[in-house]
This record gives sequence, structure tokens and C-alpha cells, in this order.
Amino acid sequence: MTEPAALKLKDMLKKPEILTSGHRMCAGCAAPTIVKLMGMALRGPTIVCEVTGCLEVATTIYPYTAWKLPWIHVAFENAAAVASGVIEAVDVMREKGRWSKEHVDVIAIGGDGGTFDIGFGAISGMLERGHDIVYMCYDNGAYQNTGIQRSGGTFPGQETTTSWAGKVSPGKEQRKKPLAEIVAAHRTPYVATVNPYHHRDFITKFRKALEVEGPAFIHAFSPCPRGWRSQTGKSMELAKLAMEVGLHPLYEIFNGTEYKMSGPSRRLKELRPLDDYWKTQGQFKHLFKPEWADFKKSLQEQVNDDWEILKKKCGIE
Amino acid sequence: MSEKYNEIPMAGNIIEPGNATKYKTGGWRAQRPIHTDETCLWVKNGTCGLCWIYCPDNSVKLIEKDGKYIYEFDLEYCKGCGICANQCPTDSIRMENE
Amino acid sequence: MTAVKRIPKDQIAIEGLTGDAAIAHALKQCDLDVLAAYPITPQTIIVEDYQKFAANGEVHCRVIPVESEHSAMSACIGASAVGARVATASASAGLALMWEILYCAASMRMPIIFTVANRALSGPINIHNDWSDTYGARDSGFIQIYTQSCQEAYDTTIMAFKIAEDHKVLLPIMVCIDGFILSHNVERVEMLPTKAVENFLGVREPFIKLDPDNPITMGPLALTDYYFEFKEQQERAMEAVPEVFAQVETDFEKMTGRRYGMFEEYRTDDAEIIIFTHSTPGGTAKATVDVLREKGEKVGVLRLRMFRPFPTKEIVEVVKNAKAVIVFEKCRSFGAPSNPLALELRTALYDLEKRPMVVDFVIGLGGRDCPPTTIVEGYEKTKEYLKKGKAPLYETMGVRK
Ligand SMILES: Cc1ncc(C[n+]2csc(CCOP(=O)(O)OP(=O)(O)O)c2C)c(N)n1
Ligand code: SF4
Ligand code: SF4
Ligand code: SF4
Ligand SMILES: [Mg+2]
Repeated sequence: MTEPAALKLKDMLKKPEILTSGHRMCAGCAAPTIVKLMGMALRGPTIVCEVTGCLEVATTIYPYTAWKLPWIHVAFENAAAVASGVIEAVDVMREKGRWSKEHVDVIAIGGDGGTFDIGFGAISGMLERGHDIVYMCYDNGAYQNTGIQRSGGTFPGQETTTSWAGKVSPGKEQRKKPLAEIVAAHRTPYVATVNPYHHRDFITKFRKALEVEGPAFIHAFSPCPRGWRSQTGKSMELAKLAMEVGLHPLYEIFNGTEYKMSGPSRRLKELRPLDDYWKTQGQFKHLFKPEWADFKKSLQEQVNDDWEILKKKCGIE
Repeated sequence: MSEKYNEIPMAGNIIEPGNATKYKTGGWRAQRPIHTDETCLWVKNGTCGLCWIYCPDNSVKLIEKDGKYIYEFDLEYCKGCGICANQCPTDSIRMENE
Repeated sequence: MTAVKRIPKDQIAIEGLTGDAAIAHALKQCDLDVLAAYPITPQTIIVEDYQKFAANGEVHCRVIPVESEHSAMSACIGASAVGARVATASASAGLALMWEILYCAASMRMPIIFTVANRALSGPINIHNDWSDTYGARDSGFIQIYTQSCQEAYDTTIMAFKIAEDHKVLLPIMVCIDGFILSHNVERVEMLPTKAVENFLGVREPFIKLDPDNPITMGPLALTDYYFEFKEQQERAMEAVPEVFAQVETDFEKMTGRRYGMFEEYRTDDAEIIIFTHSTPGGTAKATVDVLREKGEKVGVLRLRMFRPFPTKEIVEVVKNAKAVIVFEKCRSFGAPSNPLALELRTALYDLEKRPMVVDFVIGLGGRDCPPTTIVEGYEKTKEYLKKGKAPLYETMGVRK
């Protein structure tokens, strides 16, 4: 009795909306679109567990909620644990005849801060225990809700309010955690990177994540015009650009070992230069100062290397 | 906002799904999208819909009525971000200052 | 639920059990749906024993072997939110790691049962008993009940579900035993037939739950305009506890002949000096009082069970005519004028025109032994203070200084 995913416009228009208008995410924020696309993939009754962050705060300001799904938020670092409790409780109550639904999908959602950093222990535990949960990280590259502080998901060279660009600092200097691969290393059945621009790819992957047995992880790139100092109208374009420059390539990992490059990334002849991406956002503006030319070069080399390694893992020569 | 403690649901539970629609965000807008039917693929043959797919505020309304395709914005909620205009493949939307 | 009947003797199983094992057996009989817990001495046996029941198919419950106590309480909330009957167990550092989520559990009105083997907090790290862990969480919104014997721990654990899940309450409960002193001490425990426990508790009927057919939002952001009202709701729920608690005890008494009350009064009727404490020192105090009474001393014990909500009025009634109340408590509130148990008592007594002297002894930190001589020493000191008409706000006893 599962409902199909909606990939064609006509089907999408018919799919019930899961997040209404009237939420208070900033104009041009990509996160609500990400939730909309998640909704297109759903196959039936679903419960959402969310961590603290922009998406949680701005969609559920009492007495209003934009959510049309059963939804729970407890704290900043524990959606994976809350979801573990939800899925196990539902399963056992079904066995005991106290839960009427044949199947319920449980989705946990966290920002990059809630996922890469403070909530990582809980996520790793969830993966290790193997609960049938889809965890989606919407990654806007910083702790945006608390005013743009760096996270383990912040790119090198990115300026945040805790990784300032200054006379002696080019913004964040450390690498971004390779989260999708860290998750996959748990031999997680399904891991995929997505962005909202490539919406069909997004919906298809999210649906796969729901359908695999055991945990699945979706790493969604989520442009944030306020924190990134980018134009509000460019959010989808930036999602695409991040794929084209190799900062957020699109791929899947099955059972932690089998890599597959997804269409949009596979079709790239070569990466676009990082400059094309950096120049669209105030948070990278300082990189164009002459003193950071070498740093910039090293970042380009890093991304080129990562791209070659990823291609090799995906069996692309 | 005048309810007493015993006049609201327990523990902050919000029992009316999607009631955020009572909160209008249209007032945030600095620019408004203007749509041209002539070039729009939805109006022409009920295809495309990229603006609808990408709009973060569900403010594009694609309506099918009596075999006709009608296009509207919901300006009660549209925040004027310009994503629709930026992504339209036929340049059928432009942004205008409020 | 069918009417509660006295369980005939031949259906009662009698076993020698430690406090931990007694709780594990109680949990086994409460038809839990989910138990999520993380090991920490001296609570670990609760979880180990329960896991063994699960491994042998003796319970129909999902045990979630979480990676931390923070996640234990979080998973409990998730499970409770969909309507499950849920329990966890911890102590000391584990309870401290749950801290943030304790407040979430209480404010989200999740009737989770949390059994605690009280243990000192670091540092230095110490595995032995004092009450710093749960005392620190006294403002978290949990109901707190402290027990003195393995039987009482068993009985209280069972009753806790019925109190917590009552729609007038809907608050989580900490059921506390003294680490090692009770958790690892074998006592005779009478166990009810599982059917009787199931009949007594019934199945949890959630007041509201996460449900795809009725998709509510739980745990939103509430700011200056509403937050305070939700705190008021929480306080009202606390106020409803004594009545529900009494009703549950009455039903339990019908079944077992046992009831404990919010506190136990021991030879307090004509007592001029009343010892006020709880958990295992309560037992020590009662035994000591028997000896003192033989010598003609007019002394009794008020053994507290329910610390939250604090039975203020009722306690005042018991102690108001005494000359002095001696508090023995295993916690120091650093920098405070006195310590948690005495602070509550003094607040309760403040408005009386004529009030007993309150003498506060901090004892047993980090498991330091508290033999009957400790009680006697405190008693003798109090008599001195009464003569002088003055006592210090608190003093430590049993520390080398
Ligand atoms: C334990 C705890 N520490 C810190 C915070 C403050 N806090 C709330 S949201 C947040 C950042 C969220 O960042 P992220 O997860 O990236 O989500 P975003 O807001 O960027 O969407 C922080 C630091 C908190 N709520 N709880
Ligand atoms: S700060 Fe960024 S992520 Fe947060 S709502 Fe605004 S645009 Fe979205
Ligand atoms: S301007 Fe933004 S909010 Fe308004 S309709 Fe276009 S995409 Fe939606
Ligand atoms: S994106 Fe442009 S062409 Fe496509 S439906 Fe919208 S307005 Fe019409
Ligand atoms: Mg973020």
C-alpha cells in the first residue's frame, strides 16, 4: 500500500504538502525546498524527529507549526536517539497490537552542526545499532541559527563568526569532515549526497533511503543566503554550482563499499574552478585578496585531489 | 495570546497541523515576482513547474482548471526571494520592487 | 482494569534479591515496551538483568543499547512520545550526562520511569553512595521517590508507572536506591505474580501521541509569550501528584497489604527531637532510635520518600511540635547557607510562629560510612544546641578536619 514517489510535475502537484507556507525561514533559504522534495519521496505514514537549528526553530514558533507530519523536537544533538526510540516503540507496539499502521517511516533531520558535531555520537550509535531510520542532514555550512559560527561542515576558506577572515587568518583553515563517507564506514546500507537543484536525483535517492532496510543517510546541500551573504534568488543556482566545482559532488555509497557517481556529477567533463563559486558569496570575498592567493591555490588542489579520489572510488577513470 | 495556562494544549504541543498558514509572511517582501503567461511552459502546456518546485514558501500556484493551465503567486506568503525568477528557463518571471 | 484483589500468599514468590535485581524484576513485570539504558556502577545490574530477561524472551520489550545516557533519555522520550511504556536506569555521571534531557522529558510530559542507584559525582571519581546526583536534578521536573529497602524499591518501581502515566500527572519519576548499600545488598523480596502487576498497571493509554492520523507538533519553540504558561502547567501537574499517589498506594495496598506514604513516621508521636532523612540512613536512624528510646529519649524518625513534590504541609504537621529536627543528608550544596534537604525543611517551617530548631548534618559523601554512632553523635550535638538555644546552619560530620 505504499504510495509512489512523485518525480513528474503532475504527480508532484498531487502529493500532499508536508511543510506549509507561513514558516519563518529567511527569504531564499533552501531548507524548506529540501523538505518539500523529501515530501515528494514519502511512501506513507511518516514521523519526523528534528534537532534544534534554523529549520526546527523557524517552522515551529508556538502557537504555529508549518509541519503537517507528526513531528518532534527534543534537543540539539539527539534526533538520532529520539528516532531510535520512536522506531523501536512503534515496532514493538505493533507486535503487541497497539499500533494500527502497518508501516511507519521514521526520518531524523539535523543541520550540519547537529550532525557533523554535537549530534555525531548519537548518529554513530544509531547507525551501529542498525535502526530502520533515514537521517537527513541539511548542510548550510555553519551554525546558522545561532549567528553563523563554524562547524565541522564549514568549508576551508569560509568566513564565519568563529572563523573570521582577518589580517592573519583566511577564515576557516581546516578541512570539512567527509561526513557521508564517515557514515558509510559504519557499513550503512545506503548513503547519498543530494542538493535541491537536482530535484529528481534528490527524490529518487531519498526514496531509496526509505526503501532500504536499516539506516540510511542523506547529505543535502542547503544554501543559506543570510549566512553566506549570497543573493536570495541564487540559492538553487549555488546548489548546482557547489556540485560543479566539486565541493558537494553527487554520489551514492551502498553498504559502505560500493560507490556510484550520480548523473549530474558523472556528466561533468571537468570541475569548474572554485573561484566561480567563491565569488558568489560574501563569506569567501576575502579569498580574493592577494595575500591569500597561495591558500586559495592549495584549496583548489585539495578539491581536485578529492575529486580524483572520489572518481576512482566510483570506478571512473 | 491571551490564553491562560489551562486554555492551551499540554507541553507546547501544537495540535493543528500546518496552522503556520495563519502567519502571513508576505510583508517581508522587498520585491515581488511578476509573471508573463505568454512564454510560460506551464501556461502553454502544463509542463516545467520549476518555479513551483523550488519556491521555498509554496507561493507559486499552478492551477489546472477546465483543461486550462493557470498561473498565480500567493502574495500572502511570497517573501520575494527571486528563486522562481532566477530558475525560470523561459524568463517568464521578473522581480519588481515593492 | 479489573478491581484490585489481595493476592493470596501462595502466589507470592519470595526471593533474596539485591536492590538492583529487585528493580530489574519489577521492570520485568511492568510490560515495558522500550528500555533504553547505558551501564554505570552501581546501577548496571538493573540493565544487565533486564537484558538477560530480554535475551531469554521473558519480556516483550525492545531494549536499546544506546551509546550514552544522553541518548538513553532521548530514546526514552522518542518512545514515550508514540505512546510506549518506557524505562531507563542510571546514576551519577550518567545522570549528569542526561541533564539537559531530564528537563525535556519532564517539560514534554513524558511518563518515563528512571531508576537511579544514587552515587557521588566526580571528582575525584567515586563509585559510592551519596545523593548529589539526584539532588542536583531536583528542579528538573521529575517526581523523586527515595526508597529504603529492596522490597520498597520493587513496590515503588511498579507503582511509579501508574502514577506517572495518570493523565492528571504525566510526569517522569526517579525511583532512587542508595548505591551499593541497597543496590548490592541482598534482602528478602516478595514478588507479585506478573499477571497481578499487569492487571494493576493496565496498558499505558497515552494522553496524546505522535500519530500519522493526527499529526501534531511536539517540542516547538515557545518564547516570552507562552513559555511561562507551560511551566505553570508543569507545576499544576506536580500539585496533582499527592492525590494520585495516594490512590495508587491504596490500590497497591489492597493487593499486597503494603503502603509507604510520601514519608514514613517512626515513633514521632511524642518525639521532642525528630530525625529527618531518607533512603538507607532512614533505616539506620530507626534502629538507633529504638536504642535511644530504651534509654528514655523522646526521639523519632521522619523518613522522607517523596522529595519532589515535597510534601510541605504534611511534614510541617508532623514536626511542628518537636523541639528540634535533625537533618541527615548526603549532599553538600557548595556555597549555599545549608543543604538541599534542610533548605526545603526550613522553607516549610519558616512561616510557623513557633518552629522547631533545624540542625543540618552533611554525612556520607562519596560513600563514607554512616553507622548508628553518626546518628547518636548528631543527636547528642542537637541536645547541646537546644540547651544553648542556637545551632549552626549546617555542619559536616564524619570528615577529617
Ligand atoms: C546543547 C546545545 N548547545 C548549543 C545550543 C545552541 N544552538 C542551537 S542551534 C545551534 C546551531 C545549529 O546549527 P546547525 O545544526 O548547523 O543548524 P542550522 O541552524 O545551521 O540550520 C546552536 C549552537 C543548543 N541549543 N543546545
Ligand atoms: S539563516 Fe540561513 S539556513 Fe537559517 S533560515 Fe536563514 S537562510 Fe535559512
Ligand atoms: S519570489 Fe521566492 S517566495 Fe516568491 S514565489 Fe518566487 S520563489 Fe516563491
Ligand atoms: S519556471 Fe517559468 S516557465 Fe516554468 S512554470 Fe515557472 S514561470 Fe513557467
Ligand atoms: Mg548549519
